[in-house]
Amino acid sequence: MLYAILCYHDEDFVGSWSREQDEAVMQKLAVVQEKLTKQGRLGPVARLLPTTAATTLRKEDPPLVLDGPYAETKEQLLGFYIVDCKDLDAALEVARDLGAANPGGAYEIRPVGVLNPGSIPA
Amino acid sequence: MSDTAWIDAALTSARPQAVGALLRYFRDLDTAEEAFQNASLRALKSWPRNGPPRDPAAWLIMVGRNVAIDDIRRSRKQQPLPEDEAISDLDDAEEQIAERLDGSHYRDDILRLLFICCHPDLPATQQIALALRIVSGLTVKQIARAFLVGEAAMEQRITRAKARVADAGVPFETPGAVERGERLSAVAAMIYLIFNEGYSAGGDTAEARAPLCEEAIRLARLLLRLFQSEPEIMGLTALLLLQHARSAARFDTSGALVLLDDQDRSLWNGKMIAEGLALIDKAMRHRRSGPYQVQAAIAALHARAAKPEDTDWAQIDLLYGALEIMQPSPVITLNRAVAVSKVQGPQAALDMLEPLAERLSSYFHYFGVRGAFLMQLGRNEEARTAFDRAIALANTSAEAAHIRMHLDRLMRDSAPRDAKAK
Repeated sequence: MLYAILCYHDEDFVGSWSREQDEAVMQKLAVVQEKLTKQGRLGPVARLLPTTAATTLRKEDPPLVLDGPYAETKEQLLGFYIVDCKDLDAALEVARDLGAANPGGAYEIRPVGVLNPGSIPA
Repeated sequence: MSDTAWIDAALTSARPQAVGALLRYFRDLDTAEEAFQNASLRALKSWPRNGPPRDPAAWLIMVGRNVAIDDIRRSRKQQPLPEDEAISDLDDAEEQIAERLDGSHYRDDILRLLFICCHPDLPATQQIALALRIVSGLTVKQIARAFLVGEAAMEQRITRAKARVADAGVPFETPGAVERGERLSAVAAMIYLIFNEGYSAGGDTAEARAPLCEEAIRLARLLLRLFQSEPEIMGLTALLLLQHARSAARFDTSGALVLLDDQDRSLWNGKMIAEGLALIDKAMRHRRSGPYQVQAAIAALHARAAKPEDTDWAQIDLLYGALEIMQPSPVITLNRAVAVSKVQGPQAALDMLEPLAERLSSYFHYFGVRGAFLMQLGRNEEARTAFDRAIALANTSAEAAHIRMHLDRLMRDSAPRDAKAK
């Protein structure tokens, strides 16, 4: 089963990391990713730009374009992983590993219904 | 990340909101800062033990407020004549909880906090120092280092700035739309000043001053988060990101300035450029142009060019033309002349400089640019005079070194000809 691990964190907080802190966290996350890659379980991974770069299209008639993210929340969606896991426990284990590398915030673990691998070259 | 590093980052990110709210309660900057400081000390003790609070800013506001109120009560007992104005709203506990849940004030709190730092009576350097101390929470030592002055001098500068702000009396009512707009543009200008203070450093000091650029970007993003639909704030943030994206390529290993055309573009920060371009795209949709957006659009044209010769100079010329109308300034015309030199050649560009001569007679870049145009026209003797003048006016050793490079090139180019003449 494919799981999406959606990463929520306070982006003010993440934005307050020094460059060294940011790099250190990314390096630790890379170790977790590396392990999953070797097991052939890691799908697409994305780190999103800050929500200030986001635009929201409300599907009204006519559609309404708004600046900013869909929801104003204390923690923001900052990225996601797609991981192949045999069950929820295995997905939670991956999330725990990621969480140990990058503390704070929360992961939402969502089983994937349909995944279109797309056509963008890596 | 270690506990302390984690807590530091949390305190830094919560600071503008927390100090802003505490300032609204106590209407006194020193009291608000001290309350935040005390709350931070408690956080350092409590957070590692109890885990981080869900909302660090709310935690710090509550704790800071309670500690400060206790302090004021205690000092009241000692002093028979208390100052009632020292405390603006002493609410009961229930109301504090209501406050925590209602975050609607926080936008104006942060804006006010930033705004008091840009009081027009304060010279630019004091505005910046004050903002870095109060809003960003940098230590006096860190700020002194970035400004390349001693700690005691910086301490004095900040104290003086604070006293002036206290005398000025900033209104604490929720601002109306017009006033909010005025505050916003004053704050945007101050953030740009902070950035420039870091950006205009020479190669020898660029590293010490880089934190100023990063802090300015953080503040710009913060402001944009509060005012999501303001195209000029998008423009400002984009401008800072696009300029800072080039920082790794702007100086060579000896600290000499590397001009845009000569920069190794692979050193540019792609992620910052992507964010900057995304913000310009968003800003353009509003069709409410402004100086930050235009400057960001110019920076974007440079960022989009994979090689210097791919640069759309004709478009840059047009954008500088638009900027000249918005903010007439000889410096902008000077920049436009550089674009014109690429599109129409050095003679047309040189003609544009003539009317500026008087107003820019003590401006380093004027003579640097003029020398470069003259050199392209083969008027080497005049070019040398202009470059000599530029060196005399250089603000940093990197600027002087850069012009000397031109002079060396002139010498090399003209030497064989001189030899033949003999």
